[in-house]
Amino acid sequence: MKRSSIIRIALISAYAVFLAVSWISGFNPGKEISHNFASFSMDMFKILPCAFILIGLFEVWVKRKTVEKHLGERSGIRGYIWAILLAGTTVGGLYIAFPIAYSLYSKGAKLSVIFTYVGAAAICRVPMAIFEASFLGIKFTVIRLLVSIPLVIVTSILLGNYLTKRNYKITAGK
Amino acid sequence: MYYLYIATGLAILASLIASRKKTLQALKVAARRFLKILPAFLVMLILVSIVLFLVPDKVISDYLGNNNTFFAVLIASLFGSITLMPGFIVFPLCGILLEKGVQYTVLAAFTTTLMMVGVLTYPIEKEYFGVKVTIIRNAISLLIALVIAAMIGIFFGEIF
Repeated sequence: MKRSSIIRIALISAYAVFLAVSWISGFNPGKEISHNFASFSMDMFKILPCAFILIGLFEVWVKRKTVEKHLGERSGIRGYIWAILLAGTTVGGLYIAFPIAYSLYSKGAKLSVIFTYVGAAAICRVPMAIFEASFLGIKFTVIRLLVSIPLVIVTSILLGNYLTKRNYKITAGK
Repeated sequence: MYYLYIATGLAILASLIASRKKTLQALKVAARRFLKILPAFLVMLILVSIVLFLVPDKVISDYLGNNNTFFAVLIASLFGSITLMPGFIVFPLCGILLEKGVQYTVLAAFTTTLMMVGVLTYPIEKEYFGVKVTIIRNAISLLIALVIAAMIGIFFGEIF
């Protein structure tokens, strides 16, 4: 076993023991932390199975050629538009975007499109933007989107080109 | 949330009609990918539960209301980077803060870093992108958030 996984298992066990002891001895901070853990896990596990099933279906049904054509090296400006539209429909947040990004990448999407997708999945998810506008005003949301989308695309191109030159590869959690 | 279940259900159904074998294969891919990244998700959940305890909403509200815009933006970016909150908590909280007189500039820094900069999602991100790229991507995201905060500040007449 790798050293990092041993450390990880030790930390997770220590955390579990801490929560158990907190419940037995009635230690309030520990109880509160376990509530946080439970409510956040619930939120995430409502989304994760669906997300991974859709990833699985995508892997099996979508041809590599199709992804390469629309999101690959020769996709041009359309690749970024697709990335942003796809990001708009993504649910959850960054933690869902990473496995999807990996899936797109393994099917031939280029790095700059991948980083655009991840950035856009963080900031331009449609349901979230609507929710944001209802609390902070439409002006706020429109300015935020108009400023952030070009910045995300430009920085993604710069980062993508830099990493492509260095032969960088996205890995699957090894 | 329901449209996700409906979409997933329809996708499985369509796939089943087209090919049983391929659908089974897809579910296997899904399970394998999911199990592989699950430990990283667990670490993230642990970090989230601890950080949300250490930095509760009340602490955030108190600091974001600081009169010095520059300081408030920095604190907002810090909180936004190190915490993780679902949208249905963040935006109502922002609505309340706005009524309390917190500036749009500060709220922009807070929400954008919350969405884009992921210190807590680091365990997951590094599994896919590696340590170096994860750090670069988050650093860039932090800069983008600060630019957005500045632009919001200008358009809402809060700075200059």
